[in-house]
Order: sequence, then C-alpha cells, then structure tokens
Amino acid sequence: MGALQNRHLIGLETTPVEDIQKLIDTGFTFREVLERPIKKVPSLTGINVVNLFFENSTRTRISFELAEKRLSADVTNFSASFSSVAKGEGLKDTIQNIHAMKMDCVVMRHPVPGSCLQLSRFVDAVVVNAGDGTHEHPTQALLDMMSIQEKFGKIKGLNIAIVGDICHSRVALSNIYGLTKMGASVTLCGPPHLIPVGIEELGVQVNHNIDEVVEWADALNILRIQRERMGVGIIPSVREYRDFFGITEERLNTHKKEIVIMHPGPMNRGVEIDSSVADSDQAIILDQVLNGVAVRMSILYLLLAQEEEGGN
Amino acid sequence: MIAKLSGTVLLKGGKIYDPYADKTQRASILIQNGFIKKIGQVKSLKSAKIIDCSGKMITPGFIDLHAHFREPGREDKETLETGAVAAMAGGFTRVCIMPNTEPPLDNPESIRFIIEKSADLPITIHPIGTITLGQKGKELAEIGEMVAAGAVAVSDDGLPVQNGQVFRYALEYAQKYNIPVINHAEDIPLRNEGVMNESAFSTRLGLPGNPDISESVMVFRDLELAEYTGGSIHIPHVSTKRSVDLIRRYKSKGIKVTAEVTPHHLGLTQEVLHEYDTHAKVAPPLRTRADNQALIEGLLDGTIDCIATDHAPHTIEEKEMDFFHAPCGMIGLESAFALSHTVLKQAGASTEQVIQWFTKNPAQIMGFSLHGIEENHPANLNIIDPDEEWEFKTEHIHSRSKNSPMLGMTFKGRIQQTIYGKHSFIKR
Repeated sequence: MGALQNRHLIGLETTPVEDIQKLIDTGFTFREVLERPIKKVPSLTGINVVNLFFENSTRTRISFELAEKRLSADVTNFSASFSSVAKGEGLKDTIQNIHAMKMDCVVMRHPVPGSCLQLSRFVDAVVVNAGDGTHEHPTQALLDMMSIQEKFGKIKGLNIAIVGDICHSRVALSNIYGLTKMGASVTLCGPPHLIPVGIEELGVQVNHNIDEVVEWADALNILRIQRERMGVGIIPSVREYRDFFGITEERLNTHKKEIVIMHPGPMNRGVEIDSSVADSDQAIILDQVLNGVAVRMSILYLLLAQEEEGGN
Repeated sequence: MIAKLSGTVLLKGGKIYDPYADKTQRASILIQNGFIKKIGQVKSLKSAKIIDCSGKMITPGFIDLHAHFREPGREDKETLETGAVAAMAGGFTRVCIMPNTEPPLDNPESIRFIIEKSADLPITIHPIGTITLGQKGKELAEIGEMVAAGAVAVSDDGLPVQNGQVFRYALEYAQKYNIPVINHAEDIPLRNEGVMNESAFSTRLGLPGNPDISESVMVFRDLELAEYTGGSIHIPHVSTKRSVDLIRRYKSKGIKVTAEVTPHHLGLTQEVLHEYDTHAKVAPPLRTRADNQALIEGLLDGTIDCIATDHAPHTIEEKEMDFFHAPCGMIGLESAFALSHTVLKQAGASTEQVIQWFTKNPAQIMGFSLHGIEENHPANLNIIDPDEEWEFKTEHIHSRSKNSPMLGMTFKGRIQQTIYGKHSFIKR
C-alpha cells in the first residue's frame, strides 16, 4: 500500500476526499522546496517515470517533467501523434512495451476517455492520468484546488464558477468532482448547448447568465475557448462570445466584490478573458502554474516513494 | 458440435409447441432420415435412437433477420460456415445476413455467391441485398435482379439512407418486388460522433453521447415516407422508448411497418460501460432501464414484432483498441434466446411468446411460408429446457469472434439440441 488509498491516479471521481486533502497538503510542502535555492530532493532516486503523450500538451508535459526531475526520478519522454498511433500501434502495444521496459510509473495524456483506466489494468506501473480526452484531468483540478486553498485558506463553503465550453473541456469534470467533494459550491456557466447533458446530477448548478454568476462567485475558473470551435456554427463569433460570456474588465468593474480569476491556460486573451484581467492582481493564473509543479511532485511522491519503501 | 443425424430418432416425452399453429401437445416425434415421420404415440423402435425430452419443450428452429457473417471480405471475423455453426448453437436454422461485406452485396452475382456457397451448410442462409450501390445512399442497386437471385430484403445496413428522396424511391420501387426495406434508423449529424447513449452517464464517463433522438427522428421520417408511399419498411434494432412510441402510433394507422429489437437492447443498459468495456460498444448504443422497459412493452403489445440478434463479430485486436477506435457491435446468436427468455419471463411473458418472437413473427416479416412441426416435412426443431440456469462462457461461443459483453451472465432457459434436416447440434 502506498500513502494513498488508490494505487493509481486515474480521476478524482474515484479519489477519496482524505486523499485529495493529503495531495494538496503535501503539495504545499513541495511548494516550499520550490522556493529553495536548490530545488531538488532525492525522494524518487532510481524510479523510472515515462511521460507518454499522445496529444500535444507542452505545458502539462513540462510541468510533469520538472516535478519528476526535482524528485530525482529518471525521466523518459515519449510523444506520438494520435493519428499515427491509431493507424498502426494500438493502445495494447503501447501498454506491452511499457510493461517490457519495466517502468515504475506512466504519466499518460491520451485523447480517448477511459484510456488511462485501460492502461492501469494491463501494466504493473503506477498510472497517472495527465488528461484522458474530455473525461478527467485530475492533476489540473488538484493544482486548481491547491491554488484556491492558498488564496482563501480553505475550499469548503466557497462559491466557484467554471465558465466556458464545458462539453469539450478536459478540465471541467475533475474540477467538479474535486470541488464538490471538498465542500465548495460549483456553478457552471456557458452557452447552453455547450453544457453536457445531465451535468446537474454531479451536484452542480447551471446558470447561463454570466453577470449573475460573477455576482455569486468567489472565484472564476475560466476555460479556454477553442478557436477551432469558432466559425463552424457552434460559437457564432468572438464578438458574441465576449459579449455574453467573456470575463472583461468592464464586466468585473460593475461588481463590488473582488473575484479571484483562474485559468488553466493556454489563454485566448481578448476572447474568454481580457488581457488586463489576466494580468491583474486578482488573477492567480501564474500561481496555478507554480502550484502545478508542486502538486505533481506531491502526486508522484505519494504514489511512488511510499510504495518503494513498502508502506508508511 | 454439428453432427450428422442419420437413421431413426425418437424424441420422447416432450411438450411440443408449434407457434405457426399456436398449438401445444404432448407427443413423441419420430424422425427418419431428417424427416418427421410421425407425431403422436410412438412405440419405442428397436432401431431408433431415443432422446428423452421429458420436461423439455420442442419448438421449430429459430429465424434471425439480422446477422453479419462477414463473408466475403472479413473471413477473419466470421465466415458463412462459422456463422452457421454459431447460429445452430443458438437454435437458429434460418438466418438473414446483412450486405455490409467487403465488397457489399449490391448486385445479383454477389447474392448468388452467398446462396451457392451456403447451399451445403447445416442452416439456411438468406442474403439481404443493399438498397443503394456500395451502400453509398445515392443510386439504387439492382433490387429486382437481387430479389430474383434470392435476396429476401434490402438494406444499407449500418449506413442509413440519409437522403429522403433516395429512400422514397427505394420504398416505392421495392413494392414491386414484395420485399421489406430495412433502414438503420439514425440521423448521422444528430449522432454527433457519439459513442454511447447520451445521458448523465455519458457525461460522467466523458464520452461523447449519441442521443436517442438520433434514432427516433429517422424512425419518424421513415414512417412518414412509408405512409406516403405505401411502401413496406422494417425497422431494425429499435433501441429507444421514443421510437417505440412512434412505431405504435403509425402501426395503429395501418401502415406497413414492422420492427425488431435485439436481445442486448432488451437486457443490457448503458451502465455496463462503466469501465469502458469496448465489447459493449454497439450501434445503436445500449440505453437506459426506461428504454429496456419500453422495448419490452412494445414486444408485449405487438408494436415490435420480433427479436433479431444483430450478431456482429469483430476481432479481439479491434476490440482491444481504445473506446473511439474499437468498432461497434457484439456477437449474439449463441446467447440470443437465453438472454431474451431470461429478461422477458421476468417481465411476465410466456416461453411460448418468446418462441413466437423467434419463429413465426420474423417469418411473417420476410414472407416465409414455413411449416411448423408437421409430419412428412423435414425436421426443423429445437429441444429447449426452459428452466435450466446456466452461465454463458467462452466455451459456448462457436462464432469465429468472441466479442460478447454477455460472458459471465447467468441465463434461464437453454437450447439442448437443434435438429435441421440431417444435421444436429447438441449442447456441450
């Protein structure tokens, strides 16, 4: 048994609340490490980690790589475009290759929901989900929650809004699972046809009126609007999206309360968020990036270091 | 295993149910050289091999209106021969096969190929031809020539005829040849690349959803066209409550529509996908308990006419791919009766009704004039134990493919033996 109840981190839906808290708390410990002049600890010496990315995601991959290196793990990167994988090598071959190479841990980003669960069933290695399509992206949600905790000193009782295209988001579900488990109240706001069917069953509210949501929220987690969805009949125009859902400086100024602004990146400045809002004091977007490294160190440490020592 | 049935065989002590005459009797059946010689009291003949049928039900062999045998083109998944064995293992002696082969069955030559190639197989195979050339939904195929060559219906199988005008032509034209037109009812844009039923559950799994309206919208179009043209449509694998409601409404107006449901849409729900099991990825997708219920009610009140398997073999390699790339479909011939019987008995149907949904009703849809269990006709019989409880395992699968999410399920009701002319299949 490792320090956590689950051997892998596949998603927050299946992660107990105590473990979520522990991951965040340990994240703060590593945050201190990151403030030191020499930002490296020997916790994972001799551990092999492979970053298996079937989709481009420079930021997540670099964040993981940094976390792994600062824990002194041996890091291997593997990137492949999904189209070439789909044609020839299937998931099973990938899985068997990892198996044969005796990796201790696989961090995987894959465009297909459920692929990390499939992987975890067939390999000995510990699996960390770095995003499986529109399913879960638990490390992003953990870094978001860590940033909320850092800012407010708590998560419980806060009003958190997630704004944007929820349907096609890879980060929304994990945030919903994590935040509701930690006792926050969650509201989703976006164009009605981009809110998934039956999402209320996960314990969240839906409100399409951004001004009401801004009035209500303590923090806004603003999702990237994929430019490829513009002009193909799904989102009519940048202008219209900005008018009805954009987090503009003007919109924020009409509300008295200071709201914390979050964004998982990469941002479309001037579309879902004004540049001035992104760069303002109320934005914690760069803290999120730093916390991302810290919380990923926490995840790898709790999943791997303890296991190596044969329990705590 | 399939064995030759030679000499004289006496089926003793069974309850004979003939759905074609809707008649039950307790009698013995004497079979000689594949023909039923006598039904009634038969003294034990010294030369006869006696099969004890006490506690068993004897029915005619089943008919499946919807199977994929993959020949020609994908013999690695199934062939006419392996499909025939799988069929017989499931009690089917007559199977209609879909034309989505490689190349598709869109001309009389390919229809003749199927008929000639299957002539010596232990079951009867009826090819279904395509509606349009290459299943492309654009130009009508040689429907008349294919029917003359032996096609019993036309369908573009999994590729719905999206163009309403083409489908109108097909409905009008096919009337001349007295065959049903079968259209996989799905509005492709509304499917929205969904890979499972759209619901709170698909949201939870993060999988793109295919809503029930993608089916019912097309069912509605097809019903309207059938009413307008007077053509005869058969709606395959109905999966949603909405479709059942529409079919009920149009049937009551007297239009020529028939419908089938698969055992898996009766008995399984989307929840079996909770761990992304690609074996349960199927088109149309598994839906909800409420849909199961509506489909069962549809069968019970006659809105849905029969049960068909949509037996769709796929290789292990394909099903081991990720959830987006694994193909849709599951095999079904070997588990069809047992799963349906288990579910429908629980819902209050009788075993006799279930038998009708596998025999008389599909025969009527295809216009087969078949004999039930009668003297001086070739034997076409299932010996069924309606009470046997058994677990469905890989060893029960005779199909070349093993892609079934039903493995491990426990069923009530099992086919002990199937006899068709001079061939017999005995359960292991």
